[in-house]
Amino acid sequence: MAAHEDESGDATSRFHVPGRLPGMREPFEVLVRRHGATVLRVCRAVLGPHDAQDACSETFLAALRAYPGLDQGANIEAWLVTIAHRKAIDVLRSRERTVPVDSVPDGPAPERADGRDLDVWRALGELSDKQRAVVAYHYLAGLGYREVAQIVGGSEAAARRAGADGVAALRRMLGVDVGTKGVVA
Amino acid sequence: MNETWPEQITSVVEEGMAAELDRLAARLATTADTEGILDLAYCTVPSPIGELLLVASEHGIVRLAFENEDREAVLAELATKVSPRILASPERLEPAARELAEYFSGARRAFDVPVDLSLTRGFRGEVVEFLRSIEFGHTRSYAEVAGAVGNPGAVRAVGTACATNPVPLFVPCHRVVRSDGTFGAYRGGHEAKRFLLAMEAAA
Repeated sequence: MAAHEDESGDATSRFHVPGRLPGMREPFEVLVRRHGATVLRVCRAVLGPHDAQDACSETFLAALRAYPGLDQGANIEAWLVTIAHRKAIDVLRSRERTVPVDSVPDGPAPERADGRDLDVWRALGELSDKQRAVVAYHYLAGLGYREVAQIVGGSEAAARRAGADGVAALRRMLGVDVGTKGVVA
Repeated sequence: MNETWPEQITSVVEEGMAAELDRLAARLATTADTEGILDLAYCTVPSPIGELLLVASEHGIVRLAFENEDREAVLAELATKVSPRILASPERLEPAARELAEYFSGARRAFDVPVDLSLTRGFRGEVVEFLRSIEFGHTRSYAEVAGAVGNPGAVRAVGTACATNPVPLFVPCHRVVRSDGTFGAYRGGHEAKRFLLAMEAAA
């Protein structure tokens, strides 16, 4: 667990938000309520619904551990997504080690799985790990590409490209572009 | 190339999320407590004098706040002064909540749960420590308390110590009244103090 503490600590200094009162801390419960949905959303998008709960839970546990040492001006949402990203990488790596190559990618809970859900989860599963992470952090967590690049590594331009490619691939797989040209709601 | 995000992805990803978030929060508190990183746990309990906020460290009850106090401000103050590792978690407060219920139902005259007086310092700490010895149904005047802690001139300071007692009820500052018999101020409001003294006098 010490490794998590160090990792989370490293992430703290990179994102700064001006204007917070110096010396004041918010109870961690406030962070869970305010950012829980964002963290769960990105964990679900990156890992699928089955593994998301554990990853999200471990993210908040690691964040709670590191929270007293967090830089006062830190962008908390970016910090949490950074930790979630590391947890997700751990899960993806352990999948590579344990899951046979031809195995079906992680699916949704069967009772909720209708056709539309399956299509969306499959489409997300078809993206590269990097594209999936980038679209999740940009489109589902609302982080800018500069922050996304700091989390996934590489340049801002590369993150922007991965995001655009990812969205284009998703639209193609979900058939969003078919028959909708020129139709404006 | 069209880069518009397909919104159906967001709605599929968000399905059933509210319930899962509640489970996650509860699980986080339990795991954090087990791993020793839940510095402060809190919950609210109903009472005849309004909803009470209970906060406990690993050592005991560190704060009790009345309904007339700003709950967010109380928790923010604890986050700054004690630790920001604060989560809503009723488990740690169960014994305290049970003892409070017994007290208000007339079945309990003294509290056994430990209190954590780390929010008090110096003279106020001495006063708070003394207040614990005032028994159910008894009262002392501010002047008597000042004398008892060896500082007869510090009547006003005793009043301040009572008014800033972080764990009222568990440390019975409501049992300190003015020498003329009127109630004096109370963190939980005049009406709450009147209720408590009447309840104890009738028991």
